[in-house]
Amino acid sequence: MKKVERIGVNVAGYVDDRTGAAKWLRKNLTKVFPDHWSFMLGEIVLYSFIILLLSGTFLTFWFDPSQREVVYDGSYEPLQDIKMSAAYASALHISFDVRGGLLMRQIHHWAALIFMAGMIAHLMRVFFTGAFRKPREANWLIGVGLVTLGIVEGFLGYSLPDDLLSGTGIRIAEAIIQALPVVGSYLAFFAFGGAFPGEAFIPRIFTVHVLLLPAIFLALITIHLMLVWYQKHTQYPGPGRTEKNVVGYPLMPIYMAKAGGFFFIVFGVTAFLGAVASINPIWLYGPYNPGQVTAGSQPDFYMGWLDGLVRMAPPLETAAFGYTISWNILIPGLIIPGILFTLMALYPFIESWMTGDKREHHLLERPRNNPNRTAIGAMSLSFILVVLINGGNDLIATHFSLTINQIMWFTRIGVIVIPPMVFVITKRICLSLQRADREKVLHGRETGRLVMLPHGEFVEVHEELSAAEKFTLTQHEQPMALQVPNSDANGVLNPQGLKGKLRARLSQAHVEQVSAPSASEAKELESGHH
Amino acid sequence: MSDEFNQIAKFEDPGLPEHVHRKTDTDPKAADLAERQVAILFILSALGTVLAIYAYIFIKDDVFFFIPIMGDTNAHQLFLGLGMAISLLFIGLGLVHWAKMLMPDTEVIAKRHEFRSPDEDRADFHQTIKEQAAAAGLGRRSLIKRTLGLALGFSALTPLVLLRDLGPLPGKDLEKTSWKRGTRLVTDPGDRPIRPEDLEIGAVAQVLPELEPGSTRHLSDIAKDAVLLIRLRPSEFQLDAERLSWTYDGIIAFSKICSHMGCAVALYEQQTKHLLCPCHQSTFDVTRAAKVIFGPSARPLPQLSITVDADGYLVAQNPFNEPVGPSYWERPS
Ligand code: HEM
Ligand code: FES
Repeated sequence: MKKVERIGVNVAGYVDDRTGAAKWLRKNLTKVFPDHWSFMLGEIVLYSFIILLLSGTFLTFWFDPSQREVVYDGSYEPLQDIKMSAAYASALHISFDVRGGLLMRQIHHWAALIFMAGMIAHLMRVFFTGAFRKPREANWLIGVGLVTLGIVEGFLGYSLPDDLLSGTGIRIAEAIIQALPVVGSYLAFFAFGGAFPGEAFIPRIFTVHVLLLPAIFLALITIHLMLVWYQKHTQYPGPGRTEKNVVGYPLMPIYMAKAGGFFFIVFGVTAFLGAVASINPIWLYGPYNPGQVTAGSQPDFYMGWLDGLVRMAPPLETAAFGYTISWNILIPGLIIPGILFTLMALYPFIESWMTGDKREHHLLERPRNNPNRTAIGAMSLSFILVVLINGGNDLIATHFSLTINQIMWFTRIGVIVIPPMVFVITKRICLSLQRADREKVLHGRETGRLVMLPHGEFVEVHEELSAAEKFTLTQHEQPMALQVPNSDANGVLNPQGLKGKLRARLSQAHVEQVSAPSASEAKELESGHH
Repeated sequence: MSDEFNQIAKFEDPGLPEHVHRKTDTDPKAADLAERQVAILFILSALGTVLAIYAYIFIKDDVFFFIPIMGDTNAHQLFLGLGMAISLLFIGLGLVHWAKMLMPDTEVIAKRHEFRSPDEDRADFHQTIKEQAAAAGLGRRSLIKRTLGLALGFSALTPLVLLRDLGPLPGKDLEKTSWKRGTRLVTDPGDRPIRPEDLEIGAVAQVLPELEPGSTRHLSDIAKDAVLLIRLRPSEFQLDAERLSWTYDGIIAFSKICSHMGCAVALYEQQTKHLLCPCHQSTFDVTRAAKVIFGPSARPLPQLSITVDADGYLVAQNPFNEPVGPSYWERPS
């Protein structure tokens, strides 16, 4: 035995003596993981979370979460002798007087952006491939929870330095709380310890930002990964891959080495961004003062769509019987986001209700092979994109010499008109891609080579696909619409009533497909040729 | 579900393609080369760490130099960061290269089983649950069930009650500002009282109420008291008689706190005489008592009635006659 082997065996023996876990560990160390670039999106999120924990902890060593008024006397000249909160002064101290402090602040902020962008990309991967289907609905729900909390966590972090920009963000959050019917002003006074801005808010959100939410993230991420482990990863369809197997690389050593390596790559890229790309230069904004504002203020991108919604809201407010309801705040700030996130959370259940499909799924779908779902996803993205454009309307206006008025009306109308259009177009595109697949399987791939037939006509040479390719392009299911009975066993008409009709209609829309060619069809075609 | 289709002959699954050996699997020379490449990547990483430590200790943090696109760049921070990035990135690249080139890359197949347990196990499980429910008497003892529900529900109230002291009740606080009849308008910053002559036509000024002797000004005061003064030609106003009487010699005063969500309404366009809030672009027409002409705000900015005192300084004629800032449920309409 080599020395490494001996040590390994000894450790394994020590552990098994005390846990009896030899069999279980062996099974898990050889666990198989399918490989695909899109499966790395979730990893990016996990790694950036770890980077956030490390860089955030570094920042806490100097950050002073207090709104006590101090006079700045650090090394940044332009703010000398200016009154500000201890929080802002300490964030300046980190930036200018702690070696590596600015680097860490920038790494932390970049990691937060990568964390959010990665989560959204990961979520899209899961959605468009149908990975959320039974038995993985729980992980979808956890994911929606993580995105929601991520938005909150990012907003709180952005608010901590108490500069003019972040204070303006807090002011807007306060106005949303205050707009809640009946309890709004009470909740606002509780949250802020009195009138806005007070001196209680930063210390309070600090605890939430560095303790409460990270702990919840850690718990949710742990459950998320344990479920992935236990339920085994999904895989893309292809030769040799079925609903009953997992094809991939064993955890040890190759998968572990790749994943571990990827952690360092993500960390390295984040450090590189922190080194060269300035982000949130708080010293340029000055301390928060409710009587001032920076022009062209922009939140981070994951808040931008909310800002866009708020900006496009019509000026509606109901004032009656001595009470006021601010629709212009409640609808874009709470009601629409609430509906969007609820629908997103419920989507797996809605889809399985529509299709009546209650089976387990471990093979992913190519987005084109589920045109309805893909169109729903594209439609939702287009909605978010349109409102996000309005969130940056001031920047866009100056860049493209448009007026804010033009952009506002374009997006107000666009947010209603564009998503349905995107739905229809995406569905058409999916169906024509299916048709193209069908062509390829039956008639081969176009090669661009022309040959002349004896009677002078030119035809393009088609190259037959390999058996593997043919299988990959035709293995998907051809679902059929749900049959909702018109009358039940006792002859009672339409037992499910309107709901049943709606369901049948939705299921009809959902199964719209170009039928995949079958082997027999191909054979027939072939015999026809000769 | 798709039985009909599945009866038609599908294209057959040709099975997992044969494993293709890499050069490093068959050629020991290639494998040795790969090993050296991995080693070089790890050494580069170590050099990165050296760079980071060198930058931390030896590069002064007040040295700036110019880099295109990035502009003036702090050398200390740049090289510290680059060193760190290199040290991390090359560990990662080394590991991945090692895995790709030298670790066994045969794809393996593991079985997957349906999660649903066999019917027999499920039936047993259901039986157990029924028995346990029966043992606990949940089905029969409804008194226990209801009172337990009550107790649990009630116990959740304690933490809620404990949060009560997070803050005072709002009371009438949101309705009040520090402006009183006769309060002088003072410049912000500077705290100097203002005479009408100090403002030219077309000029804007931010003002606050003069501090009473011995008192201090908190940010929460500014959040309600900030006021903008704008001077126009009196003929430019389109106001009713009452509102006109709230202006003084072409000078009109509005709350600077946006009636939408409370940002500072900071942009004044001289030509159009519009006030613009940069947060969501609510736009207010100064000549028509800050009527909303664009954007999401539903109300004009509250107007402060002003005049001059015996010494010729601008003062408030009266407090604001409505709450300033964003709306809330109890806001009197
Ligand atoms: C998990 C998701 C997290 C997100 C999305 C996030 C996001 C942010 C953002 C955007 C900022 C503003 C950064 C700036 O430009 O200064 C920030 C600041 C901060 N974060 Fe986090 N953070 C997260 C986790 C953490 C954790 C786990 C800790 C500590 C254990 C932490 C500690 C801090 C501190 C102390 C600041 C203020 C420091 C400063 O402004 O210089 N964060 N965070
Ligand atoms: S806060 Fe002024 S427009 Fe929204």
